[in-house]
Amino acid sequence: MARMTMIQALNSAMDIMLDRDPDVVILGEDVGYFGGVFRATEGLQRKYGEHRVIDAPIAEGGIIGAAIGMGVNGLRPISEIQFADYIYPGFDQIVSELAKLRYRTGGEFFAPVTIRTPCGGGIRGGQTHSQSPEGVFTHVCGLKIIMPSNPYDAKGLLISAIEDDDPVLFFEPKRIYNGPFDGDPDKPAMPWSQHPKGEVPEGYYSLPIGLAEVVREGEDLTVLCYGTMVHVCEAAAKLAEVEAEIVDIRTMIPLDVDTIRQSVEKTGRCVIVHEATRFSGFGAELSATVQEECFYSLEAPIERVTGWDTPYPHAFEWDYFPGQKRVAAAMVKVMEAG
Amino acid sequence: MTRTPRLHIPHPPARPGDTPDFSYVDISPAGAVPRPDVTTRLRDIERSLAFEMVRVLDEEHAAVGPWDPHLDHHDLQVGLRYMLLTRLFDERMHRMQRQGKISFYMKSLGEEAVSVAAAQALEPGDMLFPSYRNQGLHFARGRNPVDLMCQLLSNTRDMCKGRQMPVMYHWVRGNIFSISGNLTTQYPQAVGWAMASAIKGEEDIAAAWIGEGSSAEADFHHAMTFASVYMAPVVLNIVNNQWAISTFQGFAGGERRPFAARGPGYGIPGVRVDGNDFLAVYAVTRWAAERARQGAGPTLIEHVTYRADAHSTSDDPSRYRPRDEWKAWPLGDPLERLKAYMIREHAWSEAQHEALAAELGAQLDESWEEACGFGTMTDGPTLDRNELFEDVFKDVLPHLIRQRDQFRDLED
Repeated sequence: MARMTMIQALNSAMDIMLDRDPDVVILGEDVGYFGGVFRATEGLQRKYGEHRVIDAPIAEGGIIGAAIGMGVNGLRPISEIQFADYIYPGFDQIVSELAKLRYRTGGEFFAPVTIRTPCGGGIRGGQTHSQSPEGVFTHVCGLKIIMPSNPYDAKGLLISAIEDDDPVLFFEPKRIYNGPFDGDPDKPAMPWSQHPKGEVPEGYYSLPIGLAEVVREGEDLTVLCYGTMVHVCEAAAKLAEVEAEIVDIRTMIPLDVDTIRQSVEKTGRCVIVHEATRFSGFGAELSATVQEECFYSLEAPIERVTGWDTPYPHAFEWDYFPGQKRVAAAMVKVMEAG
Repeated sequence: MTRTPRLHIPHPPARPGDTPDFSYVDISPAGAVPRPDVTTRLRDIERSLAFEMVRVLDEEHAAVGPWDPHLDHHDLQVGLRYMLLTRLFDERMHRMQRQGKISFYMKSLGEEAVSVAAAQALEPGDMLFPSYRNQGLHFARGRNPVDLMCQLLSNTRDMCKGRQMPVMYHWVRGNIFSISGNLTTQYPQAVGWAMASAIKGEEDIAAAWIGEGSSAEADFHHAMTFASVYMAPVVLNIVNNQWAISTFQGFAGGERRPFAARGPGYGIPGVRVDGNDFLAVYAVTRWAAERARQGAGPTLIEHVTYRADAHSTSDDPSRYRPRDEWKAWPLGDPLERLKAYMIREHAWSEAQHEALAAELGAQLDESWEEACGFGTMTDGPTLDRNELFEDVFKDVLPHLIRQRDQFRDLED
């Protein structure tokens, strides 16, 4: 085992897959010589050459479209979109093409593309470097969607995503690239080396896509969350002094309904937390799922804590970010209800 | 012998530790490119304008050839003042970022002429659609530095009300559009603005700026197509500063043709200009604006320049290019070149220059103090937090009123 940051874990996953499978290629802005603006592809072009770790023009539509063509022609491309906020010029290629290619060709054509993209706020990035657009894509049929919350999961899930024959959108919460973040910007940053999930095997391993993880067991209430919010929710549970069972969703599509059901049936109460905006967000899907699967176990209305339904602001970042205080208030509310 | 296709990967001529090499930049002698009448048919002029380089200032700092705009001393002094103001503002704000007073900054070092000369050549009613390295447009239109500083501080006088990252300015009264972090989106928008001007029968034109790197975005194609189809009165600028973060201009297709040469493919004249030559940028912009105003349609201008500093305060260019590359840049420093010309023309002196630098420095110190009075990252006054929910729509919709109430309850 080694100690790795999430960036190092992602780098290791790509390194291993480039080494194991000559069909794996990486395509993105600044990913080659420079090693990526977040250093995720550092050293990979030097090791595997310019024909496998390819710097791309600033054209997200081109990066996705070309990756589809490469995928159809037998390669296994990993596209990096530098910030999730910049994914929209590639939207048509993702939604109309990548997601639907297999279906529209009767299963005969497919493109095993993995799109990696840093998402989320807490870095003073304003509206064009802070968005969490996973819900925009979970409404599209034909994409698998992942958001890891720690280095160990990030590596195992990225390897699975690359090996998967379906297109995968792999969202990386950039605020936790270098350490878990519990939502308190005034506290000194904690490095991954002090967190158990910062221990990562150096070699190959994969984690199945479609399994949530109970990261903390509890009897009082269930918290459904993913990405950075897993760490915020752990801290919020302490603040609210509740025995929360925290479920890290990890993969939105496919969704691990069994783990969700078992937890809510046990606790009877549920808080759903994500950084993305609320209206039609992925939390709405989670809420509907809990209502459908666990209605007779529920003892209180489900609460959602999310980003507000505004663009991501620069100055009001910590008012916008669903921090410990807001999550704890929702926990207290569902405990007091019913 | 059989041959197979081989993937070509563009390589910049020099990496860290190498000797800078700009032999790939084709440079025409000053005064060499003819200046056609604005109504000249496109096919008669396109080759020389797009492939050669319009230059006015020669190696002896004299203005030569048909593009010399013959600016009077006053106009020259105004241009130099705003270029120097831009540079000093950049230096100070970069330092403020390093001191933790602002969260982010982007300098325009070495590219000041591209913005300042263009703004001077256009009319005040013309609408400007800038990219993030065009702060010179604001200064050349007379913007108070305090306004820009307040945006950088996200304070109570920030025109964005704290909602945008630093440098994403706008100026409604000055006819300068909002900057988006997403690249090239403003290009088709500028074309639409120009189309509206033509629809309404007005004389105002639009101008837009992008970097050469983001000319790869599909919005570039959309803008060029619409501009060509409707003969929109618009000046479309590509600032070819050689670097898009770590990727050099070859990754946007610069190895094959000058960026200006993309114009003729759309039926739009493309002009390649020395972007560090204040007089040439002024003259070419003036020519393009005249064409637009006379109904001759859009012009694409490629400004050949060099990004002398990092992409932003989050970037470290020593990782991907030689540290001293700017010193070897064959088109020099736009500010020094204009100054040398003015001294030669007896329109300026070293003593005047020193006095101006001192005056602007003092002005910026005062401006910073004034801006900080409207709030800093650590000290008040602070923006009203309820503003968080304003301006998503014209009116605050019911679901946002509910969320605002929740937010207030949490504050109590």
